[in-house]
Amino acid sequence: MKVHFRRTGTLMAAAVIGTLGLTACGNATDNATSGGGGGATSAATKLTVTFIPKNLGNPYFDTSDAGGKKAIGEFGGTYSEVGPQQASPDAQVQYINTAAQQRTSALVVSSNDPKAICDALNQARKAGTKVVTFDSDADPTCRDVFVNQATTEGIAKIQVDLVTKAIGDSGEIAILSASANATNQNAWIDLMKSQLQSSHPNVKLVDVVYGNDDDQTSFDKTAALLQSHPNLKGIVSPTTVGVAAAARYLSTSDKKGKVYLTGLGTPNQMRQYVKDGTVKEFALWNPSDLGYLAAYAAKAVVDGTITGKEGDKFTAGTLKEYTVGKNGTVVLGDPFVFTAENIDQFKF
Amino acid sequence: MSRTYASYAHPWWQRLLVNREVAVLALLVAVVIWAVGNVVYFGTTLTMTYLLLDTAPVLFIALPMTMVIVTGEIDLSVASVVGLSSVIVGVLYRAGVPIGVAALVALVVGLLCGALNGYLVAYVGLPSLAVTIGTLALFRGLAVGLLGTTAVTSFPKEWTDLATAQIGTTGIPLIMVPFVLLAVVLALVLHFSPFGRGIYDIGLSPEAADFSGVNVARTKFVLFLLTGVVSAFAGIYYTFRFGSARGDNATGLELQVIAAVLLGGVSIFGGRGRLLGVIAGVLLIGAISSALRLLGVTVNVINIIIGALLVASVLTTNVLPWASSLTARLRRPGTRPQQAPSGVGSSKR
Repeated sequence: MKVHFRRTGTLMAAAVIGTLGLTACGNATDNATSGGGGGATSAATKLTVTFIPKNLGNPYFDTSDAGGKKAIGEFGGTYSEVGPQQASPDAQVQYINTAAQQRTSALVVSSNDPKAICDALNQARKAGTKVVTFDSDADPTCRDVFVNQATTEGIAKIQVDLVTKAIGDSGEIAILSASANATNQNAWIDLMKSQLQSSHPNVKLVDVVYGNDDDQTSFDKTAALLQSHPNLKGIVSPTTVGVAAAARYLSTSDKKGKVYLTGLGTPNQMRQYVKDGTVKEFALWNPSDLGYLAAYAAKAVVDGTITGKEGDKFTAGTLKEYTVGKNGTVVLGDPFVFTAENIDQFKF
Repeated sequence: MSRTYASYAHPWWQRLLVNREVAVLALLVAVVIWAVGNVVYFGTTLTMTYLLLDTAPVLFIALPMTMVIVTGEIDLSVASVVGLSSVIVGVLYRAGVPIGVAALVALVVGLLCGALNGYLVAYVGLPSLAVTIGTLALFRGLAVGLLGTTAVTSFPKEWTDLATAQIGTTGIPLIMVPFVLLAVVLALVLHFSPFGRGIYDIGLSPEAADFSGVNVARTKFVLFLLTGVVSAFAGIYYTFRFGSARGDNATGLELQVIAAVLLGGVSIFGGRGRLLGVIAGVLLIGAISSALRLLGVTVNVINIIIGALLVASVLTTNVLPWASSLTARLRRPGTRPQQAPSGVGSSKR
């Protein structure tokens, strides 16, 4: 008796809830289609640029997007910054879609996956939004221009220049890299090797070791390098994890000040070691300039000054004139060298 | 049992309209109506298309997850199964296997993942929280191990287009067709079949369910199989939707699924909850974040709002039944004395 009653109740409940659900869906769709005309006017007049970094709360992107904001302030556009909390492509797609719906004039994106955000970017472009990628490119078919922080050649050259100058252009050096199959690092190392051979015959690269971009491994490998090569005069670590771990080891070892360390690092990680004299100089690009340039590139694409074609020229505020290169790429310039004098200007 | 019995003391219309599922649904409708009126660009078909495309994996996985949670168990490994099936499609396709076959293999792998979870929980008797935390790491590890940090992206356009295709010009994504079918089938199973009743019985009391003839172990095993295979399907969809197979695809998705299930009124202790509420819960979270994104609210604030909503909802899941039984008692003060042994209430008269 009880069971029977309960089941009828359930059936009825389901039936009514089901109808409610249907009508609710119907309402949502109706509203969705009818409300469309209302809001389309507000964004069209002023140049709006939306920055979508890989993730928010990342000091690197805080710095780059602040550069973008400065540029947008200079040319009188509207700046906004949105993005996911974690650096994942699916979350980024939602923000790209949103910006496209808002008919933003231009998106400046650092992509979490070159392919996964492609469809979303192209949909945005179909709706009239211009797309500039910076820091990390998307597939070239889904953006107008890519603002590259530095070229492979530039990054290899600055590191060779720094280390050879510091050790007086002769002696043994070693490289502490990321993992053995890291694409970027291997490309840089290959170029560094050929530059050393051609222009610095007295500098001998004695070892390349891999810290796997793991702090402890990089720390241990630094210790091993110094033991197995007692005459080592310089270490180059073209990865932020590696150079920070090597600096941490050196700062407490008796080789401090005797072995010159440089590489690609971030000011926040390296500040302490630059101040205590373990590291004199290291390189990276200036993210603030990168964001600044990307914002001006976005403006140039919206204005029609550039289309992404090779040879197009535009002016980027205080950074002066830039030319679009192959594959719609604009290169920021030579890497930036951080020293004890300038490191406190950078908070990333 | 006493709570269930007490709820039947309400008139039928109250039971239909004053319950958790309708409350979530009403909140969803309210949010949508508010957003259409107040959020620029929310009232476009595109918003609904994106909303459904974005929430589709959560919608799918929430269905079997509801059933698992109703039995009092949990499956935390779902997002890792999404990642693993995505990687398997990618790796096989890259190796020259036809894409349909690759997708089938991924489904089978999902089934095997579910079988491992289900076997350990149902037949070995280990707690599902511990088992699936383990397999969360295990399946994700396999996924990342198979593909490393690279991604497979060269999927045929027919398949990636299919994942974002719409039904005619309605703006409703095609992926909603299999979803609605699955939702209807699972709703029938959960709410109108002996197997479904067994799921609730297990959640209320596994011992009692066992004594009343419910095959507890088999039921749990089947449900874990189901989450495995549905998660794998979601993984295949995810792969084509983004055209990218990566080891870290859908990391953290399990928490979105569980959050939506709890918001939809399912009790984490089991025995309580309905699919309709869960579907409304998923869409509610989706609609709120979509509206807030359009308003330019940052992700941290969106998370705070959704987190607060979730805490409030868990509170009400536990406070509302207590409050309703209290009002039931207050409204009919005479009930108890009348049923009490003779002489207790009347002796003083």
